Amino acid sequence: MSVSSSDASVTVAVRLFARYAELLGTESLALTLPAGATVGQVIETLRRQPGGALLPPRLLVARNLIQAGESEQVAPGDEVAVLPPMSGG
Amino acid sequence: MYLVSGPIDPSALLADVSAPDRGGVASFLGVVRDHHAGREVLRLEYSAYPAMAELECEHILAEARGRWPCGVTLRHRLGTLEIGDLAVAVLAASAHRAAAFDACRYVIEQLKRRVPIWKREFFADGTDAWVDPTAASEFAPSRRDAT
Repeated sequence: MSVSSSDASVTVAVRLFARYAELLGTESLALTLPAGATVGQVIETLRRQPGGALLPPRLLVARNLIQAGESEQVAPGDEVAVLPPMSGG
Repeated sequence: MYLVSGPIDPSALLADVSAPDRGGVASFLGVVRDHHAGREVLRLEYSAYPAMAELECEHILAEARGRWPCGVTLRHRLGTLEIGDLAVAVLAASAHRAAAFDACRYVIEQLKRRVPIWKREFFADGTDAWVDPTAASEFAPSRRDAT
């Protein structure tokens, strides 16, 4: 059986907000990683994007609207949001 | 929808939480103030991750209803706000005042900690900055001083 590219890779939608969106110069981008990639690997890839090195060392991340740990695997179409320290109220 | 783009009307929220068996209503109203860490503030801009923020607000309100017998709701305004504008309102109603105060306090404290909303301050000197409550800078609001 042949392995299609969709089996070998996973594309996620990364959302950026507030100061982080300014650092990267965008509010959203699509990142493609090897299948089985984790939230932590999505963040590593994000740090290699233009401006990504300016992100702080510790990041709060949500996967599909729920706070996520670095070891969580991502699935195709997941929304991975990188959240600056919250300052509502 | 807990996030709104227009003015917040607390009296409409009062109707939402009121009931014949609820004799005490507590409210917290967060208003845009003209100073932060000694600097003059001209206006604020709030942005959010709306889908997650709505979900988190729903969770926080459900937690409050689970801990205290109360009716409780909130609104948070987004966009550009001027000094004196109402940015956030929490109303909690219960049979007696203690539960109403406790539920109201719980919701505003959790909102500030957990709901993905971000505040940008525009200062009188022409500069602006995202508020970062975790930053160890002179511009970080203390927990007590924060709106």
